[in-house]
Amino acid sequence: MAAFEETGPRNPVTESIRVDKVHPRARFMKNARAILVLILALIGLIPVVAMGLTAFKSRADVVAVPPKLAFEPTLEGFVFLLTERSQLSGSKLEEAKANADDLGLFGQIALRNGQRVNGPSDYVTRLWNSLIIAGGSTIISVVLGLFAAYAFSRFDIPGKDDLLFFILSTRMLPAVVVTIPLFLMFRQLGLFDTHLGMILLYTVFNLSLTVWLLKGFIDEIPREYEEAALVDGYTRFQAFYKIVLPQAATGIAATTVFSLIFAWNEYAFALMLTSNNARTAPPAIATMLGRGGIEWSAIAAGTLTFLIPVVIITFVLRRHLLRGVTFGAIRQ
Amino acid sequence: MSTVIKSQTEVAKARSAQPNPRRDLSDKAIRNLFIFPTLVLLIAINVFPLIYSLYLSFTNYSAIANKQPVWIGFENFGRVLSDDRMWEFFSTTGQYVLFSVLLQLIIGFALAMLVRDKFFGSGLVTTLILVPMMLSPVVVGLFWKLMYNPTFGYVNYLLGFSNPSLAPDWLASRWAGQPTPGLALWAVIFVDVWMWTPFVMLLILSGLKAIPDYLYEAAAIDRASAWFQFWRITLPQVAPLMMIAILFRTIEAFNKSFDLVMGMTGGGPGTQTEVVAVTLYKQAFQGQWQTGRASALAYMVLIIIIAISNLYIRNLNRMKEGA
Repeated sequence: MAAFEETGPRNPVTESIRVDKVHPRARFMKNARAILVLILALIGLIPVVAMGLTAFKSRADVVAVPPKLAFEPTLEGFVFLLTERSQLSGSKLEEAKANADDLGLFGQIALRNGQRVNGPSDYVTRLWNSLIIAGGSTIISVVLGLFAAYAFSRFDIPGKDDLLFFILSTRMLPAVVVTIPLFLMFRQLGLFDTHLGMILLYTVFNLSLTVWLLKGFIDEIPREYEEAALVDGYTRFQAFYKIVLPQAATGIAATTVFSLIFAWNEYAFALMLTSNNARTAPPAIATMLGRGGIEWSAIAAGTLTFLIPVVIITFVLRRHLLRGVTFGAIRQ
Repeated sequence: MSTVIKSQTEVAKARSAQPNPRRDLSDKAIRNLFIFPTLVLLIAINVFPLIYSLYLSFTNYSAIANKQPVWIGFENFGRVLSDDRMWEFFSTTGQYVLFSVLLQLIIGFALAMLVRDKFFGSGLVTTLILVPMMLSPVVVGLFWKLMYNPTFGYVNYLLGFSNPSLAPDWLASRWAGQPTPGLALWAVIFVDVWMWTPFVMLLILSGLKAIPDYLYEAAAIDRASAWFQFWRITLPQVAPLMMIAILFRTIEAFNKSFDLVMGMTGGGPGTQTEVVAVTLYKQAFQGQWQTGRASALAYMVLIIIIAISNLYIRNLNRMKEGA
């Protein structure tokens, strides 16, 4: 090893397919760095893990002092979250206990607290609303954004730069500035507390992002591909969906994730522009506090069920995210 | 073979010489068709409300009163500016924005430097680091309320406070029963940093990955120290994306702080964590529903955001020219 240090380059070799060529100090540093990052990531995840634990705690375990790390897991939180229940008393409770075997899993858990499941809770509707509104607005904003981005990328448009800046600037506006007139406008147009209204609103707020992101990606696709297709007799529209679309798949994936995260988690607009019919899950989770004491396990269960879809989608598309976040401006 | 190529080029030439009127028309039509839906939607849902709220800010309108708006000139603005509490709210917001963005930048940069080079499992670890920013801010706020709970919360437990009466009650700004101003604000800032540092890291990381290797190779040949390489290559190259991260976070800290603060403290205790976004909500949708006055305040916030954005963007452009 001494010979290596005498004859080798002044800066130690840090990357090589031959392990014996990598300087031991560099190898050690790399491992140390990996371990440090892992520890930091895990520290950052403590609150998420705590939430995961809380979701499976019983009501008594949640408020135990000191917080319990080992406990008997229960689905109580999920039962509270997903069902509407009523308290049973006296003879009815005895009767229900006698027939406990006929009940489903959720019914039996509720019975342990002396309750009967009457049906699904509001949260199920809210979650469904979230799916419709976030899904709908994401799809529409990505499709519209794709069309607009293609046009901005390929055609001459008078005042192109100003238009693009205008589109971006709509996202810079504080939500609170536009909420009041939006509230009035939506009430006037009958869009208040409707799915359509919320889909339109989220679509608009995501459009600025999708147009900019997708334009960056489409700019990188050589024009020659389409021109060749046009010469071969494709129409402009055929060239768009047969040539450009498949090439832009990466960008579409990244854009979809960012739009989805925004629409899925949005709270301020949903709070002020919906009341019952179209209310999404985030304000619903937040108002769960109000109903007869704080159901922490139900809140944690709600947060967890709400987080998992986004994490899965992000993990699947993680390679595209890094490029997506730079507006496709930096080539990797 | 060569004749085929020749005839194709001839066809192409003929086409460009005599542009097909139908194709030109359809290109223009497609262009308009592609752009108009986006522009119409943006104008309908963004521009109209903006103009309308400007109008409302000069009236005494209340959204729940059944009366037409009455023009009252600059009275709303005067009232907002002469309200002593308003300065307090703006100063709270300023502290919130300054400290959270600063901490996010420092920690985010360090993290990005650490995950810059690939190692075994770096993709998975990076995704894990990103998890906090995927959560809904209001839910995060709510959940941290449980974490910060003085008796059964995890924070005090992990910090080793076993006696609840001696432990800090973070969100109530109390330490062992004694009022400690600023504690709640720092608790809120901490959560903001926890949640949004991953975003800053992601932006800086994409900047780091775009730095061409030859810069470092050239520096290595010149035997530049690692420290020198960091100050003269890494930092200037990443600066533009860092500025974008700061810009986004500053704007968002004005807007999105609403979700987080509402979930955690609702502006309390008292008004210790009342950022302007919360004030705005309270004025517009609670109590007397002072729509006109809230609009005036909203416009003042907008002007501040535009001013800050311009400052950043000018800096960014200067940096790009310098690089």
